Amino acid sequence: MMNFRAIKVIYLHEMLRFWQTLFQSIASPILSTALYFVVFGAAIGSRISNVEGVSYGLFIIPGLTMLSVLTQSISNASFGIFFPKFTGTIYEILSAPISFYEALIGFVGAAASKSLFLAAIILITATFFVDLNVAHPFWMLAFLILTCVAFSLFGFIIGLWAENFEKLQIVPLLIITPLVFLGGSFYSISMLPPLWQKVTLFNPVLYLVSGFRWSFFEISDVSVGISLLMVIVFLSACIGVVAWIFKSGYKLRQ
Amino acid sequence: MSSIVSIKDLSKTYNSGFEALKNINLDIKKGEILALLGPNGAGKTTLISTICGIVSPTSGTVTVDGSDIITDFRKTRQMIGLVPQELTLGAFEQVFQTVSFSRGLFGCKQDDDYINQLLKDLSLDDKKDIEVRALSGGMKRRVLIAKALSHEPQILFLDEPTAGVDVELRKDMWKIVRQLQDKGVTIILTTHYIEEAEEIAERVGVINNGELLVVEKKELLMENFGKKQLVIELREAAKEIPHTLHKHNVELTDDGLNISYTYDTTNEGSNIQEVLKEVSDSELLLKDIKINQSSLEDIFVDLVKLK
Repeated sequence: MMNFRAIKVIYLHEMLRFWQTLFQSIASPILSTALYFVVFGAAIGSRISNVEGVSYGLFIIPGLTMLSVLTQSISNASFGIFFPKFTGTIYEILSAPISFYEALIGFVGAAASKSLFLAAIILITATFFVDLNVAHPFWMLAFLILTCVAFSLFGFIIGLWAENFEKLQIVPLLIITPLVFLGGSFYSISMLPPLWQKVTLFNPVLYLVSGFRWSFFEISDVSVGISLLMVIVFLSACIGVVAWIFKSGYKLRQ
Repeated sequence: MSSIVSIKDLSKTYNSGFEALKNINLDIKKGEILALLGPNGAGKTTLISTICGIVSPTSGTVTVDGSDIITDFRKTRQMIGLVPQELTLGAFEQVFQTVSFSRGLFGCKQDDDYINQLLKDLSLDDKKDIEVRALSGGMKRRVLIAKALSHEPQILFLDEPTAGVDVELRKDMWKIVRQLQDKGVTIILTTHYIEEAEEIAERVGVINNGELLVVEKKELLMENFGKKQLVIELREAAKEIPHTLHKHNVELTDDGLNISYTYDTTNEGSNIQEVLKEVSDSELLLKDIKINQSSLEDIFVDLVKLK
Protein backbone atom coordinates (compact mmCIF):
# COMPACT_ATOMS: atom_id res chain seq x y z
CA MET A 1 0.00 0.00 0.00
CA MET A 2 1.56 3.29 -1.12
CA ASN A 3 1.66 6.16 1.32
CA PHE A 4 -0.07 8.66 -0.97
CA ARG A 5 -0.59 11.19 1.79
CA ALA A 6 3.15 11.33 2.37
CA ILE A 7 3.80 11.89 -1.35
CA LYS A 8 1.21 14.65 -1.29
CA VAL A 9 2.63 16.45 1.75
CA ILE A 10 6.21 16.24 0.45
CA TYR A 11 5.06 17.56 -2.93
CA LEU A 12 3.05 20.39 -1.38
CA HIS A 13 5.81 21.17 1.09
CA GLU A 14 8.30 21.52 -1.75
CA MET A 15 5.90 23.61 -3.80
CA LEU A 16 5.27 25.85 -0.81
CA ARG A 17 8.73 27.38 -1.06
CA PHE A 18 7.94 28.14 -4.67
CA TRP A 19 4.63 29.86 -3.86
CA GLN A 20 6.16 31.73 -0.94
CA THR A 21 8.61 33.30 -3.36
CA LEU A 22 6.12 33.50 -6.20
CA PHE A 23 7.11 36.98 -7.28
CA GLN A 24 10.72 35.95 -7.56
CA SER A 25 9.72 32.67 -9.20
CA ILE A 26 7.86 34.50 -11.96
CA ALA A 27 9.78 37.74 -12.18
CA SER A 28 13.23 36.28 -12.66
CA PRO A 29 12.41 34.09 -15.70
CA ILE A 30 10.39 36.93 -17.26
CA LEU A 31 13.29 39.29 -16.78
CA SER A 32 15.95 36.91 -18.05
CA THR A 33 13.84 35.96 -21.09
CA ALA A 34 13.24 39.62 -21.87
CA LEU A 35 16.96 40.32 -21.55
CA TYR A 36 17.87 37.49 -23.92
CA PHE A 37 15.38 38.80 -26.44
CA VAL A 38 16.65 42.33 -26.20
CA VAL A 39 20.29 41.28 -26.51
CA PHE A 40 20.17 38.26 -28.83
CA GLY A 41 16.84 38.78 -30.55
CA ALA A 42 16.77 42.50 -31.22
CA ALA A 43 20.32 43.85 -30.89
CA ILE A 44 22.44 41.00 -32.25
CA GLY A 45 19.68 39.03 -33.94
CA SER A 46 18.86 41.87 -36.31
CA ARG A 47 22.31 41.44 -37.85
CA ILE A 48 22.00 37.69 -38.16
CA SER A 49 20.21 36.34 -41.17
CA ASN A 50 17.55 33.70 -40.70
CA VAL A 51 18.77 30.40 -39.37
CA GLU A 52 17.43 27.60 -41.55
CA GLY A 53 14.49 29.78 -42.53
CA VAL A 54 13.60 30.89 -39.00
CA SER A 55 14.29 34.38 -37.66
CA TYR A 56 17.02 34.39 -35.01
CA GLY A 57 14.65 35.72 -32.35
CA LEU A 58 12.39 32.73 -32.84
CA PHE A 59 15.26 30.31 -33.28
CA ILE A 60 16.65 30.88 -29.78
CA ILE A 61 13.34 30.28 -27.95
CA PRO A 62 13.64 26.49 -27.56
CA GLY A 63 17.29 26.75 -26.51
CA LEU A 64 16.53 29.50 -24.07
CA THR A 65 13.70 27.49 -22.56
CA MET A 66 15.90 24.40 -22.28
CA LEU A 67 18.69 26.38 -20.63
CA SER A 68 16.35 27.48 -17.86
CA VAL A 69 14.58 24.14 -17.56
CA LEU A 70 17.81 22.17 -17.24
CA THR A 71 19.47 24.44 -14.70
CA GLN A 72 16.31 24.99 -12.66
CA SER A 73 15.31 21.30 -12.61
CA ILE A 74 18.73 20.40 -11.30
CA SER A 75 18.95 23.20 -8.78
CA ASN A 76 15.40 22.76 -7.47
CA ALA A 77 15.62 19.01 -7.05
CA SER A 78 19.15 18.98 -5.68
CA PHE A 79 18.39 21.73 -3.19
CA GLY A 80 15.11 20.07 -2.21
CA ILE A 81 16.82 16.92 -0.93
CA PHE A 82 20.12 18.51 0.09
CA PHE A 83 18.53 21.05 2.43
CA PRO A 84 16.89 18.51 4.79
CA LYS A 85 20.18 16.60 4.83
CA PHE A 86 22.00 19.80 5.69
CA THR A 87 19.60 20.91 8.45
CA GLY A 88 19.01 17.39 9.76
CA THR A 89 15.25 17.39 9.17
CA ILE A 90 15.78 14.37 6.91
CA TYR A 91 15.42 12.28 10.10
CA GLU A 92 11.70 12.71 9.81
CA ILE A 93 11.48 11.37 6.28
CA LEU A 94 13.77 8.47 7.18
CA SER A 95 11.73 7.51 10.24
CA ALA A 96 8.33 7.88 8.55
CA PRO A 97 6.56 4.96 6.89
CA ILE A 98 7.67 6.08 3.44
CA SER A 99 9.59 4.13 0.85
CA PHE A 100 12.47 5.72 -0.99
CA TYR A 101 10.41 5.85 -4.17
CA GLU A 102 7.55 7.70 -2.49
CA ALA A 103 9.93 10.37 -1.24
CA LEU A 104 11.47 10.47 -4.72
CA ILE A 105 8.09 11.04 -6.39
CA GLY A 106 7.33 13.87 -3.98
CA PHE A 107 10.66 15.67 -4.39
CA VAL A 108 11.21 15.06 -8.10
CA GLY A 109 7.55 15.69 -8.93
CA ALA A 110 7.70 19.08 -7.25
CA ALA A 111 10.98 20.03 -8.93
CA ALA A 112 9.67 18.96 -12.35
CA SER A 113 6.41 20.88 -11.79
CA LYS A 114 8.34 24.03 -10.99
CA SER A 115 10.40 23.65 -14.17
CA LEU A 116 7.26 23.14 -16.26
CA PHE A 117 5.78 26.25 -14.74
CA LEU A 118 8.97 28.11 -15.51
CA ALA A 119 8.97 26.90 -19.12
CA ALA A 120 5.38 28.07 -19.49
CA ILE A 121 6.31 31.54 -18.22
CA ILE A 122 9.27 31.77 -20.59
CA LEU A 123 7.20 30.70 -23.58
CA ILE A 124 4.40 33.10 -22.68
CA THR A 125 6.89 35.93 -22.25
CA ALA A 126 8.39 35.08 -25.66
CA THR A 127 5.04 35.59 -27.35
CA PHE A 128 5.27 39.26 -26.42
CA PHE A 129 8.43 39.59 -28.53
CA VAL A 130 7.90 37.23 -31.44
CA ASP A 131 5.09 35.51 -33.22
CA LEU A 132 5.43 32.01 -31.80
CA ASN A 133 3.74 29.02 -33.41
CA VAL A 134 4.26 25.47 -32.25
CA ALA A 135 4.22 22.94 -35.08
CA HIS A 136 3.86 19.84 -32.89
CA PRO A 137 2.36 20.78 -29.49
CA PHE A 138 2.18 17.16 -28.35
CA TRP A 139 5.86 16.51 -29.01
CA MET A 140 6.77 19.90 -27.59
CA LEU A 141 5.07 18.97 -24.33
CA ALA A 142 6.48 15.45 -24.43
CA PHE A 143 10.07 16.73 -24.82
CA LEU A 144 9.49 19.29 -22.13
CA ILE A 145 8.00 16.91 -19.56
CA LEU A 146 10.57 14.18 -20.21
CA THR A 147 13.38 16.71 -19.84
CA CYS A 148 11.94 18.21 -16.66
CA VAL A 149 11.58 14.78 -15.07
CA ALA A 150 14.96 13.48 -16.25
CA PHE A 151 16.91 16.51 -15.04
CA SER A 152 14.98 16.72 -11.79
CA LEU A 153 15.98 13.11 -11.19
CA PHE A 154 19.54 14.05 -12.06
CA GLY A 155 19.32 16.95 -9.60
CA PHE A 156 17.96 14.63 -6.90
CA ILE A 157 20.97 12.37 -7.38
CA ILE A 158 23.32 15.36 -7.11
CA GLY A 159 21.52 16.49 -3.94
CA LEU A 160 22.03 13.06 -2.40
CA TRP A 161 25.66 12.91 -3.46
CA ALA A 162 26.61 16.43 -2.36
CA GLU A 163 27.94 16.81 1.17
CA ASN A 164 28.35 20.57 0.97
CA PHE A 165 27.13 23.59 -0.93
CA GLU A 166 30.15 23.61 -3.17
CA LYS A 167 29.47 20.13 -4.51
CA LEU A 168 25.84 21.09 -4.91
CA GLN A 169 26.72 23.97 -7.21
CA ILE A 170 29.58 22.45 -9.09
CA VAL A 171 27.67 20.24 -11.54
CA PRO A 172 25.09 22.81 -12.69
CA LEU A 173 27.72 25.52 -12.89
CA LEU A 174 30.68 23.74 -14.42
CA ILE A 175 29.00 21.05 -16.48
CA ILE A 176 25.41 21.88 -17.36
CA THR A 177 25.76 25.56 -18.30
CA PRO A 178 28.66 24.99 -20.73
CA LEU A 179 26.93 21.95 -22.22
CA VAL A 180 23.78 23.97 -22.84
CA PHE A 181 25.64 26.90 -24.39
CA LEU A 182 27.74 24.58 -26.55
CA GLY A 183 24.80 22.33 -27.40
CA GLY A 184 23.35 24.54 -30.08
CA SER A 185 20.96 26.45 -27.85
CA PHE A 186 21.69 29.72 -29.58
CA TYR A 187 23.01 28.51 -32.93
CA SER A 188 22.61 25.69 -35.39
CA ILE A 189 25.57 23.33 -35.39
CA SER A 190 25.68 23.68 -39.14
CA MET A 191 27.23 27.09 -38.43
CA LEU A 192 30.25 25.34 -36.85
CA PRO A 193 33.39 24.07 -38.63
CA PRO A 194 33.07 20.32 -39.46
CA LEU A 195 35.35 19.20 -36.63
CA TRP A 196 33.33 21.03 -33.98
CA GLN A 197 30.14 19.69 -35.45
CA LYS A 198 31.46 16.18 -34.74
CA VAL A 199 32.53 17.14 -31.22
CA THR A 200 29.14 18.65 -30.51
CA LEU A 201 27.49 15.33 -31.32
CA PHE A 202 28.93 14.06 -28.03
CA ASN A 203 27.02 16.72 -26.15
CA PRO A 204 23.77 15.18 -24.85
CA VAL A 205 22.12 18.59 -24.53
CA LEU A 206 22.32 19.00 -28.33
CA TYR A 207 19.75 16.24 -28.72
CA LEU A 208 17.36 17.79 -26.22
CA VAL A 209 17.52 21.23 -27.79
CA SER A 210 17.38 19.88 -31.31
CA GLY A 211 14.33 17.72 -30.66
CA PHE A 212 12.61 20.46 -28.74
CA ARG A 213 13.33 22.96 -31.52
CA TRP A 214 11.95 20.53 -34.10
CA SER A 215 8.61 20.45 -32.23
CA PHE A 216 8.37 24.21 -32.80
CA PHE A 217 9.78 24.81 -36.26
CA GLU A 218 10.35 21.37 -37.81
CA ILE A 219 14.07 22.12 -38.15
CA SER A 220 16.67 20.09 -36.28
CA ASP A 221 20.40 19.38 -36.10
CA VAL A 222 19.88 15.67 -35.59
CA SER A 223 16.90 13.50 -36.40
CA VAL A 224 13.96 13.71 -34.01
CA GLY A 225 13.89 9.96 -33.40
CA ILE A 226 17.48 10.08 -32.13
CA SER A 227 16.66 13.10 -29.97
CA LEU A 228 13.76 11.30 -28.36
CA LEU A 229 15.88 8.18 -27.90
CA MET A 230 18.60 10.23 -26.17
CA VAL A 231 16.12 11.82 -23.78
CA ILE A 232 14.76 8.40 -22.91
CA VAL A 233 18.27 6.97 -22.51
CA PHE A 234 19.18 9.79 -20.12
CA LEU A 235 15.95 9.35 -18.17
CA SER A 236 16.56 5.59 -17.94
CA ALA A 237 20.13 6.16 -16.79
CA CYS A 238 18.89 8.44 -14.00
CA ILE A 239 16.26 5.90 -12.98
CA GLY A 240 18.97 3.23 -12.99
CA VAL A 241 21.21 5.27 -10.68
CA VAL A 242 18.27 6.02 -8.41
CA ALA A 243 17.38 2.33 -8.24
CA TRP A 244 20.98 1.55 -7.30
CA ILE A 245 20.88 4.25 -4.62
CA PHE A 246 17.71 2.73 -3.27
CA LYS A 247 19.18 -0.76 -3.12
CA SER A 248 22.44 0.29 -1.55
CA GLY A 249 21.00 2.97 0.72
CA TYR A 250 23.81 5.19 -0.56
CA LYS A 251 24.36 8.23 1.66
CA LEU A 252 20.85 8.21 3.07
CA ARG A 253 20.83 5.57 5.74
CA GLN A 254 24.08 4.88 7.48
CA MET B 1 3.34 -6.94 30.66
CA SER B 2 4.02 -8.08 27.11
CA SER B 3 6.94 -6.58 25.22
CA ILE B 4 6.25 -4.08 22.45
CA VAL B 5 9.80 -3.70 21.18
CA SER B 6 12.04 -6.72 21.01
CA ILE B 7 15.71 -6.35 20.15
CA LYS B 8 17.76 -9.47 19.43
CA ASP B 9 21.53 -9.64 18.95
CA LEU B 10 21.58 -6.16 17.44
CA SER B 11 24.95 -4.87 16.26
CA LYS B 12 25.88 -1.79 14.32
CA THR B 13 29.24 -1.02 12.80
CA TYR B 14 29.45 2.24 10.88
CA ASN B 15 31.28 2.48 7.57
CA SER B 16 34.12 4.17 9.42
CA GLY B 17 34.58 0.89 11.31
CA PHE B 18 33.24 2.30 14.55
CA GLU B 19 31.33 -0.35 16.48
CA ALA B 20 28.43 1.63 17.93
CA LEU B 21 26.32 -1.30 19.14
CA LYS B 22 27.58 -4.69 20.25
CA ASN B 23 25.10 -7.51 20.40
CA ILE B 24 22.27 -5.72 22.15
CA ASN B 25 19.37 -7.75 23.54
CA LEU B 26 16.48 -5.85 25.04
CA ASP B 27 12.75 -6.21 25.49
CA ILE B 28 10.78 -3.04 26.03
CA LYS B 29 7.50 -3.64 27.79
CA LYS B 30 4.25 -2.16 26.65
CA GLY B 31 3.33 0.97 28.54
CA GLU B 32 6.56 1.37 30.50
CA ILE B 33 8.95 4.27 30.79
CA LEU B 34 12.45 3.07 30.09
CA ALA B 35 15.50 5.26 30.48
CA LEU B 36 18.65 4.44 28.56
CA LEU B 37 21.50 5.81 30.53
CA GLY B 38 25.03 6.20 29.31
CA PRO B 39 27.84 8.66 28.72
CA ASN B 40 28.14 10.58 25.46
CA GLY B 41 29.01 8.30 22.56
CA ALA B 42 27.81 5.19 24.37
CA GLY B 43 25.46 4.16 21.54
CA LYS B 44 22.13 5.42 22.89
CA THR B 45 21.24 7.48 19.83
CA THR B 46 22.40 4.74 17.45
CA LEU B 47 20.15 2.28 19.26
CA ILE B 48 17.01 4.36 18.99
CA SER B 49 17.88 5.55 15.47
CA THR B 50 18.06 1.91 14.43
CA ILE B 51 14.65 1.12 15.89
CA CYS B 52 13.18 4.20 14.18
CA GLY B 53 14.66 3.34 10.78
CA ILE B 54 17.26 6.09 10.47
CA VAL B 55 20.24 3.77 10.83
CA SER B 56 20.41 0.33 9.21
CA PRO B 57 21.47 -2.47 11.55
CA THR B 58 24.58 -4.47 10.66
CA SER B 59 23.18 -7.64 12.18
CA GLY B 60 20.42 -8.76 14.48
CA THR B 61 16.70 -8.12 14.44
CA VAL B 62 14.28 -5.66 15.93
CA THR B 63 10.54 -6.27 16.07
CA VAL B 64 7.92 -3.74 17.04
CA ASP B 65 4.62 -5.23 18.14
CA GLY B 66 5.69 -8.46 16.44
CA SER B 67 6.58 -6.85 13.09
CA ASP B 68 10.10 -6.65 11.72
CA ILE B 69 11.40 -3.08 11.39
CA ILE B 70 12.85 -3.75 7.95
CA THR B 71 10.44 -6.05 6.13
CA ASP B 72 7.38 -4.49 7.75
CA PHE B 73 8.67 -0.93 8.13
CA ARG B 74 5.39 0.77 7.33
CA LYS B 75 3.63 -0.84 10.25
CA THR B 76 6.44 -0.43 12.76
CA ARG B 77 7.28 3.19 11.91
CA GLN B 78 3.60 4.09 12.03
CA MET B 79 3.63 3.12 15.70
CA ILE B 80 6.71 5.14 16.59
CA GLY B 81 7.26 8.82 17.28
CA LEU B 82 10.76 10.24 17.64
CA VAL B 83 11.91 13.45 19.28
CA PRO B 84 15.49 13.91 18.08
CA GLN B 85 18.30 15.24 20.19
CA GLU B 86 19.17 18.17 17.95
CA LEU B 87 16.71 20.99 17.34
CA THR B 88 16.26 20.05 13.69
CA LEU B 89 13.43 22.04 12.20
CA GLY B 90 12.87 23.69 8.86
CA ALA B 91 13.34 27.41 9.38
CA PHE B 92 10.59 28.94 7.29
CA GLU B 93 7.60 26.82 8.18
CA GLN B 94 4.98 27.85 10.64
CA VAL B 95 4.37 25.74 13.71
CA PHE B 96 0.98 24.40 12.68
CA GLN B 97 2.21 23.71 9.15
CA THR B 98 5.22 21.71 10.22
CA VAL B 99 3.25 19.60 12.71
CA SER B 100 0.57 18.96 10.10
CA PHE B 101 3.30 18.02 7.60
CA SER B 102 4.60 15.38 10.02
CA ARG B 103 1.14 13.90 10.37
CA GLY B 104 0.85 13.64 6.59
CA LEU B 105 4.28 12.00 6.29
CA PHE B 106 3.00 9.21 8.50
CA GLY B 107 0.06 8.73 6.17
CA CYS B 108 -2.56 10.02 8.61
CA LYS B 109 -5.60 11.89 7.43
CA GLN B 110 -5.43 15.63 7.98
CA ASP B 111 -7.01 16.44 11.35
CA ASP B 112 -6.76 20.10 12.31
CA ASP B 113 -8.71 19.60 15.55
CA TYR B 114 -6.24 17.01 16.76
CA ILE B 115 -3.24 19.21 15.87
CA ASN B 116 -4.83 22.21 17.57
CA GLN B 117 -5.43 20.20 20.73
CA LEU B 118 -1.89 18.86 20.62
CA LEU B 119 -0.47 22.38 20.32
CA LYS B 120 -2.66 23.46 23.21
CA ASP B 121 -1.43 20.59 25.40
CA LEU B 122 2.12 21.67 24.66
CA SER B 123 1.37 25.36 25.32
CA LEU B 124 2.02 26.17 21.69
CA ASP B 125 -1.48 27.28 20.72
CA ASP B 126 -0.56 30.97 20.64
CA LYS B 127 2.51 30.19 18.51
CA LYS B 128 0.91 28.14 15.80
CA ASP B 129 1.21 30.74 13.03
CA ILE B 130 4.73 31.77 13.94
CA GLU B 131 7.69 30.70 11.85
CA VAL B 132 9.74 28.07 13.59
CA ARG B 133 13.00 30.02 13.35
CA ALA B 134 11.50 32.78 15.52
CA LEU B 135 10.97 30.43 18.47
CA SER B 136 13.20 29.99 21.49
CA GLY B 137 15.09 26.75 22.02
CA GLY B 138 12.55 25.49 24.54
CA MET B 139 9.66 26.23 22.21
CA LYS B 140 11.43 24.47 19.36
CA ARG B 141 11.77 21.43 21.61
CA ARG B 142 8.01 21.54 22.18
CA VAL B 143 7.42 21.74 18.42
CA LEU B 144 9.58 18.64 17.97
CA ILE B 145 7.48 16.83 20.56
CA ALA B 146 4.29 17.94 18.78
CA LYS B 147 5.70 16.64 15.48
CA ALA B 148 6.56 13.31 17.08
CA LEU B 149 3.04 13.00 18.51
CA SER B 150 1.28 14.25 15.36
CA HIS B 151 0.41 10.75 14.17
CA GLU B 152 -0.68 9.46 17.59
CA PRO B 153 2.16 6.95 18.07
CA GLN B 154 2.06 4.14 20.61
CA ILE B 155 5.76 4.31 21.27
CA LEU B 156 7.62 7.54 21.86
CA PHE B 157 11.38 7.91 21.76
CA LEU B 158 12.86 10.97 23.42
CA ASP B 159 16.54 11.40 22.65
CA GLU B 160 18.13 13.54 25.35
CA PRO B 161 14.88 15.46 25.82
CA THR B 162 16.15 17.78 28.52
CA ALA B 163 19.49 18.78 27.05
CA GLY B 164 19.58 22.55 27.26
CA VAL B 165 16.06 22.81 28.63
CA ASP B 166 15.03 25.03 31.54
CA VAL B 167 13.41 23.79 34.73
CA GLU B 168 9.90 24.78 33.73
CA LEU B 169 9.98 22.97 30.44
CA ARG B 170 11.52 19.94 32.09
CA LYS B 171 8.65 19.79 34.57
CA ASP B 172 6.16 20.25 31.73
CA MET B 173 7.87 17.54 29.80
CA TRP B 174 7.63 15.04 32.63
CA LYS B 175 3.98 15.94 33.01
CA ILE B 176 3.40 15.23 29.34
CA VAL B 177 5.35 11.99 29.58
CA ARG B 178 3.21 10.81 32.48
CA GLN B 179 0.02 11.80 30.68
CA LEU B 180 1.13 9.86 27.65
CA GLN B 181 1.90 6.88 29.81
CA ASP B 182 -1.61 7.06 31.25
CA LYS B 183 -2.89 6.80 27.69
CA GLY B 184 -0.86 3.62 27.28
CA VAL B 185 2.06 5.07 25.31
CA THR B 186 5.40 3.33 25.82
CA ILE B 187 8.18 5.83 26.41
CA ILE B 188 11.89 5.34 25.90
CA LEU B 189 14.19 8.19 26.76
CA THR B 190 17.92 8.50 26.60
CA THR B 191 19.82 10.66 28.97
CA HIS B 192 23.16 11.13 30.57
CA TYR B 193 21.60 12.85 33.54
CA ILE B 194 21.13 10.26 36.22
CA GLU B 195 18.63 12.34 38.20
CA GLU B 196 16.40 12.30 35.18
CA ALA B 197 16.31 8.54 35.00
CA GLU B 198 15.87 8.37 38.74
CA GLU B 199 12.95 10.78 38.60
CA ILE B 200 10.87 9.42 35.78
CA ALA B 201 11.83 5.95 34.65
CA GLU B 202 10.47 2.65 35.81
CA ARG B 203 13.29 0.65 34.31
CA VAL B 204 16.79 1.77 33.59
CA GLY B 205 19.16 0.39 30.99
CA VAL B 206 22.81 1.31 31.24
CA ILE B 207 24.78 1.50 27.98
CA ASN B 208 28.49 2.01 27.63
CA ASN B 209 30.76 1.50 24.61
CA GLY B 210 27.90 0.00 22.65
CA GLU B 211 27.10 -2.64 25.23
CA LEU B 212 23.98 -2.88 27.30
CA LEU B 213 25.44 -3.48 30.74
CA VAL B 214 22.23 -3.97 32.63
CA VAL B 215 18.48 -3.40 32.36
CA GLU B 216 16.62 -3.50 35.60
CA LYS B 217 13.75 -1.98 37.48
CA LYS B 218 15.03 1.17 39.04
CA GLU B 219 14.45 -0.03 42.60
CA LEU B 220 15.96 -3.44 41.90
CA LEU B 221 18.95 -1.86 40.25
CA MET B 222 19.56 0.22 43.31
CA GLU B 223 19.05 -2.75 45.56
CA ASN B 224 21.21 -5.15 43.56
CA PHE B 225 24.03 -2.89 42.64
CA GLY B 226 23.71 -0.41 45.43
CA LYS B 227 25.84 -0.46 48.50
CA LYS B 228 25.19 0.84 51.94
CA GLN B 229 27.71 2.29 54.24
CA LEU B 230 27.53 2.55 57.98
CA VAL B 231 29.55 5.50 59.20
CA ILE B 232 30.47 5.75 62.84
CA GLU B 233 31.67 9.17 63.97
CA LEU B 234 34.00 9.22 66.92
CA ARG B 235 34.43 11.85 69.63
CA GLU B 236 38.19 11.42 69.64
CA ALA B 237 40.39 10.43 66.76
CA ALA B 238 41.40 6.78 66.77
CA LYS B 239 44.94 5.79 65.77
CA GLU B 240 43.93 2.43 64.38
CA ILE B 241 40.96 0.14 63.97
CA PRO B 242 40.56 -2.22 66.91
CA HIS B 243 41.83 -5.65 65.89
CA THR B 244 38.43 -7.20 66.63
CA LEU B 245 37.00 -5.24 63.69
CA HIS B 246 39.63 -6.36 61.18
CA LYS B 247 37.59 -9.32 60.00
CA HIS B 248 34.89 -6.94 58.71
CA ASN B 249 35.13 -4.60 55.74
CA VAL B 250 35.93 -1.63 57.92
CA GLU B 251 38.01 1.46 57.18
CA LEU B 252 39.25 4.35 59.23
CA THR B 253 39.42 7.82 57.71
CA ASP B 254 42.77 9.63 57.69
CA ASP B 255 41.73 12.01 60.46
CA GLY B 256 40.75 9.02 62.54
CA LEU B 257 37.32 10.45 63.31
CA ASN B 258 35.19 8.14 61.15
CA ILE B 259 34.95 4.41 60.85
CA SER B 260 33.04 3.19 57.85
CA TYR B 261 31.62 -0.24 57.22
CA THR B 262 30.46 -0.99 53.64
CA TYR B 263 28.03 -3.78 52.92
CA ASP B 264 25.85 -5.01 50.06
CA THR B 265 22.16 -4.39 50.49
CA THR B 266 21.40 -7.87 49.20
CA ASN B 267 23.77 -9.48 51.64
CA GLU B 268 21.54 -10.82 54.35
CA GLY B 269 24.57 -11.66 56.38
CA SER B 270 25.57 -8.06 56.90
CA ASN B 271 27.23 -7.81 60.26
CA ILE B 272 25.99 -4.45 61.44
CA GLN B 273 25.06 -5.79 64.82
CA GLU B 274 28.42 -7.41 65.34
CA VAL B 275 30.28 -4.34 64.12
CA LEU B 276 28.32 -2.07 66.43
CA LYS B 277 28.82 -4.42 69.36
CA GLU B 278 32.56 -4.58 68.81
CA VAL B 279 32.78 -0.83 68.51
CA SER B 280 30.92 -0.37 71.76
CA ASP B 281 33.08 -3.05 73.47
CA SER B 282 36.20 -1.20 72.40
CA GLU B 283 37.52 1.94 73.97
CA LEU B 284 36.18 4.10 71.15
CA LEU B 285 33.75 6.89 72.07
CA LEU B 286 30.80 7.23 69.69
CA LYS B 287 29.56 10.63 68.57
CA ASP B 288 27.06 9.72 65.90
CA ILE B 289 26.00 6.99 63.50
CA LYS B 290 24.74 7.42 59.97
CA ILE B 291 23.97 5.26 56.96
CA ASN B 292 24.74 6.26 53.38
CA GLN B 293 23.04 4.61 50.42
CA SER B 294 24.54 4.75 46.97
CA SER B 295 22.53 6.68 44.39
CA LEU B 296 21.85 5.60 40.84
CA GLU B 297 24.78 7.80 39.94
CA ASP B 298 27.21 5.80 42.09
CA ILE B 299 25.85 2.59 40.61
CA PHE B 300 26.23 3.99 37.13
CA VAL B 301 29.79 5.09 37.75
CA ASP B 302 30.62 1.68 39.23
CA LEU B 303 29.06 -0.17 36.31
CA VAL B 304 30.79 1.92 33.69
CA LYS B 305 34.13 1.63 35.49
CA LEU B 306 33.78 -2.12 35.88
CA LYS B 307 33.73 -2.57 32.13
